[in-house]
Amino acid sequence: MSVLPYVVAAWLLLVGVYGAITSHHLVHLVICLAVAQSSTYVLLLAIGYRTGGRAPIFSDLPPGTPVVDPVVQALTLTDVVVEATVSAVLFALALQAHRRFGTADPDRIGTLRG
Amino acid sequence: MRRALGLLALAALGALLVWAVTGLADFGHPRGPYATAGVDLMLKERHVDNTVVGVTFDLRGIDTLGEELILFCAALGATLLLRSQRGEGRAEEAAERSEAERPRIPPSLRAAGAYLVGPTLMLAVYAIAHGYLTPGGGFQGGVIAAAALLLVYAAGQLVAIERVRPVALVELAEAVGAAAYVLVAIGGIVFAAVAMGNFLGFGTEGSLISGGTIPVLNAAVGVEVTGALTLILTEFLDQARLRHSRS
Repeated sequence: MSVLPYVVAAWLLLVGVYGAITSHHLVHLVICLAVAQSSTYVLLLAIGYRTGGRAPIFSDLPPGTPVVDPVVQALTLTDVVVEATVSAVLFALALQAHRRFGTADPDRIGTLRG
Repeated sequence: MRRALGLLALAALGALLVWAVTGLADFGHPRGPYATAGVDLMLKERHVDNTVVGVTFDLRGIDTLGEELILFCAALGATLLLRSQRGEGRAEEAAERSEAERPRIPPSLRAAGAYLVGPTLMLAVYAIAHGYLTPGGGFQGGVIAAAALLLVYAAGQLVAIERVRPVALVELAEAVGAAAYVLVAIGGIVFAAVAMGNFLGFGTEGSLISGGTIPVLNAAVGVEVTGALTLILTEFLDQARLRHSRS
């Protein structure tokens, strides 16, 4: 049971990449990328979790209370921000591609150009 | 064909992942020394209650600088891409159109949206201002503030959006936030001999003045995230309006 969160992370990555491989729409592709990346959130938070640990905010906890690892939580924060901004750029690119080629299917964009 | 190849590659990747997972620490028992060292550093030396914010803006301050610049560049890039697609003059036409469409939005939804704007902004300011003391922080607060704009949109007040988001101000907020962060990083070189060095007094734990440069960076990031996200959201909303007006 103790490896279940890690398996969930691996599953999210595989599902996301599978969706990206078989994708027929650019927006769908970006969302698949987001799913794949969300596996890193699960992995990071799972690595830092401490059984029975509290949130690492000491405004109402006495010092010395066992808490979960704040370093991986900060890493996850970075991860989320980068994912959100990259998605914004990718969506803008998808809009651009749709406007220029009249389709959002990555396969057809290639053939139209050739 | 592509699906079969993909499944094959994924099966291989999955096997490798499962193999790698077996070497990780047991869930619930973090092995790394930082899990406890990071907490001690933030509490005893930096006097910051919210250790996640402390780690983000002090221990990993340089990383956060890079992250901030990613956010800055991505907002710029998305805005440039979207604006290049926007025909001149069409925006005004779209604004008139959406004005005509306003009655289609139920009054209850519009009222709920309008009522929630104030509390949402309040929550955003609280999350930023107290980010290093209680749950919250610059990034989270900035996102909440940008959500207030979406509420205005949900309320169907498209014309009101034009009034509440002076684009110049939003762009200025983004630039000022990023510049403030970089200046504090350089201030570390000047006052503490290392980039990102925490050169202000650490204050008393649990009070508003605590953590040295952490609250300053926290506020800078809050301003920047608000600006960047508002910019991205308004550009996408503009696109939606243009599309709407053409169909």
